[in-house]
Amino acid sequence: MCLAIPGKVEEIAEENGLRMGRVNFGGVVKRVCLDYVPEIAVGDYTIVHVGFALQKIDEEEAEKTLALFREMGVLEEELADGDEAFARAAGKPSSSCPDGSCSTP
Amino acid sequence: MGESLKAGAPDFSNWSCPLPLVGYPAIVMGHGGGGKLGNELVEHLFLPAFRNAALENLGDAAVLDLGGARLAMSTDSFVVQPLFFPGGSIGELAVNGTVNDLAVSGAAPRFLSASFILEEGFPLAQLAAIVEAMAQAAATAGVQIVTGDTKVVERGHGDGCYINTAGIGVLREGIEVGPHRARAGDAVLVSGTIGDHGMAIMSVREGLEFESQIRSDCAALNGMIAEVLDAAGAEVHAMRDPTRGGLASTLNEIAQASGVGIAIDEASVPVRGEVQSACELLGLDPVYVANEGKAVFFVAPEAAETVLAVLRAHPLGRDAARIGQVTAEHPRMLVARTAMGANRVIPTQIGEQLPRIC
Amino acid sequence: MKYLTEFRNGEIAQRMAREIHAIATRPWKIMEVCGGQTHSIIRNGIDQMLPAGIEMIHGPGCPVCVTPLELIDKALKIAAQPGVIFCSFGDMLRVPGTEGDLFQVKGAGGDVRVVYSPLDAVELAVKNPEKQVVFFGVGFETTAPANAMSVHVAKRRGLKNFSLLVSHVLVPPAIAAILESPGNRVQGFLLAGHVCSVMGYWEYPPLAEKYKVPLVVTGFEPLDLLDGIRRTVIQLEAGRHEVENAYERIVTFEGNRAAQKLLGEVFEVTDRAWRGIGVIPKSGWRLSQAYREFDAEERFQIQGIRTQESALCRAGDVLRGAIKPAECAAFGKECTPRHPLGATMVSSEGACAAYFNYGRFLSAADLASAGSGLTGVARG
Repeated sequence: MCLAIPGKVEEIAEENGLRMGRVNFGGVVKRVCLDYVPEIAVGDYTIVHVGFALQKIDEEEAEKTLALFREMGVLEEELADGDEAFARAAGKPSSSCPDGSCSTP
Repeated sequence: MGESLKAGAPDFSNWSCPLPLVGYPAIVMGHGGGGKLGNELVEHLFLPAFRNAALENLGDAAVLDLGGARLAMSTDSFVVQPLFFPGGSIGELAVNGTVNDLAVSGAAPRFLSASFILEEGFPLAQLAAIVEAMAQAAATAGVQIVTGDTKVVERGHGDGCYINTAGIGVLREGIEVGPHRARAGDAVLVSGTIGDHGMAIMSVREGLEFESQIRSDCAALNGMIAEVLDAAGAEVHAMRDPTRGGLASTLNEIAQASGVGIAIDEASVPVRGEVQSACELLGLDPVYVANEGKAVFFVAPEAAETVLAVLRAHPLGRDAARIGQVTAEHPRMLVARTAMGANRVIPTQIGEQLPRIC
Repeated sequence: MKYLTEFRNGEIAQRMAREIHAIATRPWKIMEVCGGQTHSIIRNGIDQMLPAGIEMIHGPGCPVCVTPLELIDKALKIAAQPGVIFCSFGDMLRVPGTEGDLFQVKGAGGDVRVVYSPLDAVELAVKNPEKQVVFFGVGFETTAPANAMSVHVAKRRGLKNFSLLVSHVLVPPAIAAILESPGNRVQGFLLAGHVCSVMGYWEYPPLAEKYKVPLVVTGFEPLDLLDGIRRTVIQLEAGRHEVENAYERIVTFEGNRAAQKLLGEVFEVTDRAWRGIGVIPKSGWRLSQAYREFDAEERFQIQGIRTQESALCRAGDVLRGAIKPAECAAFGKECTPRHPLGATMVSSEGACAAYFNYGRFLSAADLASAGSGLTGVARG
């Protein structure tokens, strides 16, 4: 269950007694009920499930987590240079076709 | 066909068929979704009944020999709701859909018919707008609408306006393209971003609406395809426009028809950021979302770069990309390498893709 | 998309997978409870990236799959009634009842509509005062706040033509039931991150303590899943059994207080039947007394339901993690997404459908060895 997507709050307004917002999901804007996140403000990010914002996204935590992820295993990788298969898989595809036979666009 | 059906319910009790229709005793929406249900209807009902060589190829258009002239013929019906959507209307779809079916069969589209089934009460102003759109689309595509028909059904028996178009084109000399002609080693190219049309429609669908800049990509591709054939000719083995059922369904159809495997790299498939976002929101996969102005090409590997250059030089092919290749491995299956570096099979969908919450 | 795309970085995913390879010294069986996590694991090939000894067991976290057959049959009966607009999430449309599914009811003339949010159903009730609008309120705790708000709004606006067909299920009792079941093989759990965004994770320390299993709150993107798995494996290797939060950008210990407050008003705990599993005591929510007038089962009083599951279907065993989908005799034969026998083959995140659609119909080994330059990461 639980397809919930992060979006940025662009507008907040009262509608029929509910706190509603316009939330921007990577360029797509949807009306979302913000009643469960009373502390949320325009410019904040929130996680939305079936038209309801469930939590404000803690951006500091998000950055911390990403920073940790980025560091993970980097040192190990530098040491393991005999491992061709992994190195290839770990790198971004160098060409747009799987067997590498076409030139990079 | 309409007359005989009205005469009384057809009796299927003595009807023989290699495999009986299973699962559904009546038509459901999924049968029109461009996926497995629709294919079953063709294979188990229409094909056995109409059996002939031209039909069995199941290409986008039928290839016909008419006293020496090689023609292609295609038909399509348009039942889209809403009738007007960002980037177009049922009118442009009706013209471009048939034009494209002919073009991907290697024909230069020439003449179209247009039949309208209108619902009592449908506003004339809307009909005028649709017809105007058709006229413009036909002019752009260089085709003429030369015959037509109008029927009216009672209020409540139609979604305002249904349109059927049928088209005839002249097959190019020396060009033999078809879904069965892809071969191992062929490069798979797509002419641009996928999922635009389906998500444009979704954005204005009741209960699912959202605001976005997504517009339908509805366009006539015959000009662009002609340039591709000019440049690469017989090295183009197969072409198709991925309409309902999306890129995934089209690639699966070709894999099936040609008996080959297709391997694509997910990261190479071009998708507009907003289309991706809209898909995320509704839990949809862009590879299954409809397109109305894109084509996939199966091209001999040595011609791939040339075709890509021709596409990218054309206004409708700016975002063209090489997305994969045909392989002798995993025949009849479409396999994608994910961003994680793992492989996943992309099957034909069953009916229409539905938004999900899970 | 911000806070989404970054957590799909293939390069980092590969490195995280390597870490897991490096730390795992023994085989472990980990269950992800949430169907959305199952979907993401299989769609991204996360399980292909893990060491061979780490087995992901797909749990019953698919509310679509576990909605009792009897309720599906009631839904079909209600939806078929004239004067009813039956609204549902898309997921439910093809779930097989005893005789057919909502799609077929639609085909026979029922007014069945897919909506994105329960509030859309409320809007339909406002716009169509002469019809009865019923919303199929299934889900775990993640979806409950939305469903709760819909009846709360209906009550506040004095709507007489809106009702909720409720089938809410709860995660903690499900985990307990799995751990209690004889023959349980699960040694650690990835907790459903979005359920926890609503409920927090204060309910889980007693479970970790009682059953001595690590419980890690995990998100849904590839990096989140790999991190959740990594942390679970670290705990298992060290013999620890704690509750950990690997989804800190979204989940807090206490969860969403505002949501929990309304949930407490609108719903009350009840025993629930889980399709394929059986009744788990106190494992669901139903409408509380104050909101009972909006209960569709009570409003419509559907009688004469005779439920019958397919004799071949082993969805229950799959949901409990007792077997993998491919181990069911009907998998891929009598039971396919085209002709599903049970709900797990229908729901896009049902384990059987996920397996079938993402090609586990082939073994992972077959796919990994499929040449043409597509190199799988499986090293085990």
